Amino acid sequence: MAVPRGNASEGERPPRREGSGGGPRKQYFRRRKVCKFCTEKIDVIDYKDVRLVGEFVSERGKILPRRLTGTCSVHQRAVSEAIKRARNIALLPFASAL
Amino acid sequence: MANYEIMFIVRPDVADEDTDKLIAQMEGVVAGAGGKVEKVEKMGRRRLAYRVHRQREGFYVLFKLQGNGDTVKEFERRLKVTDTVIKYLAIRMDETLKRAEKFQALRAKQESKRRRSKPAPAPPPSQAPAEAAQA
Repeated sequence: MAVPRGNASEGERPPRREGSGGGPRKQYFRRRKVCKFCTEKIDVIDYKDVRLVGEFVSERGKILPRRLTGTCSVHQRAVSEAIKRARNIALLPFASAL
Repeated sequence: MANYEIMFIVRPDVADEDTDKLIAQMEGVVAGAGGKVEKVEKMGRRRLAYRVHRQREGFYVLFKLQGNGDTVKEFERRLKVTDTVIKYLAIRMDETLKRAEKFQALRAKQESKRRRSKPAPAPPPSQAPAEAAQA
């Protein structure tokens, strides 16, 4: 049987709040991400700390964008620097097979 | 004089004594080029993220040192000449450290300010239960 189109994500939607007026509203609420380095007060992002820096790299070895990780701009710059250093000394891959 | 961190990878098939010998030799290079070694750390054998010189593993060594550009230049030249070293990375650290210190100082200042302003709003909660007990 054919699945009705456009309804694939219907089941995942949180229930609508009742009482408030109609019209288009935010369909889902995403928790606001905050910068890990700001909250944990990490001043120096060390390229040697593969566990930490590796969190900001995708499975393929790409640097994850800020919109996915919630890192602030200052720390995103620092992280990308650290990742590039780690790549240079073979701690992180430039590209990895999936 | 600036702070530098130099990391290099020794081939995994090199004997431990030879690695130690190389480290001692490099310490001599730093001293000879007007630098000062602060710390030498053998980070040990690790898997490389990609193949380097057909090796999948390597022995990582980290030097923390003080010196000037010539110290690092000589150090790098020696690493390049040494066959057992397959990769190296030299990084200047003093500006990063200075910035980190600044942030730490700033945070300490904020913390002390907060502590100074906190005692004022703090007492009421301790009074409230006492009043409740009296009532």
